[in-house]
Amino acid sequence: MTLGQDPMLLQGAVAEERGEALVGEIGPSGGEATSRGGLGRQLLSVFLEHKLAVIGAAVIVFMVLFCFLGPVFYSTNQTSTQLALLNSTQNSPPGGANPLGTDPSGFDMLGRIMFGGQTSLEVGFAAAGIATVVGVIWGATAGFLGGWVDALMMRIVDILLSVPLLFLLITLAVIFHSSVGLLILVIGFTSWLAPARLVRGETLTLRVREYVQAVRVMGGGGRRIVFRHIIPNTVGTIVVNATFQVADAILLLAALGFIGLGVPSPQTDWGTMLASGVNGALNGYWWQIYPVGIAIVLVVVAFNFVGDALRDAFEVRLQRR
Amino acid sequence: MIGYIIRRIGQSVIVLLGVTLLTFLLSHIIPGGAARAALGPRATPLQIQQFNQINGYNLPLWDQFYQYVRGLLLHLNLGYSYKNNQSVLSLIQERLPKTLVLVGISTVLAVLIAIPLGVLQVVRRNRPIDYTLTGLSFIFYAMPPFLLGTLLIMYFAVDLKWFSVSAPQASSVGGILADPRALVLPVVTLAAITVAQFSRYMRSSMMEAMTEDYVRTARAKGAGKWRVLFLHALRNALIPIITLLGLSLPNIVGGALITETVFNYPGMGLLTTQAALNTDVPLLLGTTFIATLAVVAGSFIADLLYAVVDPRVRYA
Repeated sequence: MTLGQDPMLLQGAVAEERGEALVGEIGPSGGEATSRGGLGRQLLSVFLEHKLAVIGAAVIVFMVLFCFLGPVFYSTNQTSTQLALLNSTQNSPPGGANPLGTDPSGFDMLGRIMFGGQTSLEVGFAAAGIATVVGVIWGATAGFLGGWVDALMMRIVDILLSVPLLFLLITLAVIFHSSVGLLILVIGFTSWLAPARLVRGETLTLRVREYVQAVRVMGGGGRRIVFRHIIPNTVGTIVVNATFQVADAILLLAALGFIGLGVPSPQTDWGTMLASGVNGALNGYWWQIYPVGIAIVLVVVAFNFVGDALRDAFEVRLQRR
Repeated sequence: MIGYIIRRIGQSVIVLLGVTLLTFLLSHIIPGGAARAALGPRATPLQIQQFNQINGYNLPLWDQFYQYVRGLLLHLNLGYSYKNNQSVLSLIQERLPKTLVLVGISTVLAVLIAIPLGVLQVVRRNRPIDYTLTGLSFIFYAMPPFLLGTLLIMYFAVDLKWFSVSAPQASSVGGILADPRALVLPVVTLAAITVAQFSRYMRSSMMEAMTEDYVRTARAKGAGKWRVLFLHALRNALIPIITLLGLSLPNIVGGALITETVFNYPGMGLLTTQAALNTDVPLLLGTTFIATLAVVAGSFIADLLYAVVDPRVRYA
């Protein structure tokens, strides 16, 4: 074995020879989930090395504040057409009282991006949350139980995966009529397949680990093993996937909105806004699609940057183990 | 190889059976039932009872499912669109070939563009061109197809007048192919998003291949840079792309739905959005089923290709 000049490496090798486990800043490898301040700091440092991810995180924070706190400072009427028309005219270009112009109903575009963004972000986060919870439990259960239960559960995933998501989503949205709550449920319950597959794959390798066997010997039941030992150890995969899920859910809602199946009026979302802006844009009212289009692309790219960096951060952690 | 094909056909049949069950169940959870959906909210209980009697909706569920599968297999019976007063099959029959043309052309185009882009990014990795292409692929990946389509229409159809605003409206596939200029914008819209996704995979797949032992061996034997790149690394890096192609088919078909709606392209996607706005559930279930059938067939072909290219799969 050739040793490098790196003192850490040397120390590690010595510890290994003595048959001791190398106790570093890494914390317990596996086992029951405990508090992990050191680990969190380590993940944060890797994350901060990715400049794009920091920018992405900043964009997400900014957009959330913009949409939810913005209306406090920049108050506009976004629910009643008549009231909106009192203060402005239809399709007026940016400038004066309307920094981003108005839409065909006379709503102020800047305020409307905040208003629609609230729905888009709420649906994005909530649907991703549902998809992650359902997917993780499904995947961990299938992987842990194995055998015919696993085969059956994963065939169900295969079947649903081969249905083009948008077709299924449209059908469900039509059958159940759209409202914000139902859209969250419909998007959430059609997007859990990817996390289910990923977590099942990790569970297959985790369930044969020594510490899981140890729990079993000590009399820990299946539910304890899955929820306290297996799921916490797949947290990296889960977090990374959840980040991408938010971006995908926002895009799916936008697609539904564009078709005309978005949230019902007087509420709106970014996709519905784009759909109503398309006709205006063909008449030269560019402010009806560019700002809202940029908002969608910005948020989705930001979530993708953060997801990529998180993946790197968790992979580095795994490599150092 | 034959064993592999038989196993793979078995899988496809199970998936299709499951999808049949899914569409069957969905057709039963319509609020008020199929009768209410067909006859409208003013139908009397007697009319609904008659409708259920005639269409067999009062039989036990398992019996209905058996009849449904039988009708599907023997008569390709996908149901009846009461809103269009036409069978779902005849509606889809007109539209499906056009969607296949759109999806086929843009997927082939996307692969042909994405592969060289991915290779270029590996050759020039961590240089400005690599960063630019990575940034662009992120943006196109995040861009909803309807936004890209609208922007293309604004610039290339309305302002520059190079292409027409609407897609070819011919009733036959031949008629659509006869007007290639009108096909450009829809194909570009659908291809752009696929290119963004594929070139990212191609870059990482190529990057991984370049670190493999066989690449180092080839270099050690004195093979030139380009020979190593194209004959050793690229050939192996392409294998995962075939799988990716099979896996991303549902997404591409979904993208086609949006693209068709933007450009008013008379394919199955437009049929689906129109059905959605008419709350024509039988037609929606029919297009969903056929789209799934296309995806299952496509991923089956992709897996066969995979086995042809990679002998490890064949003999596993």
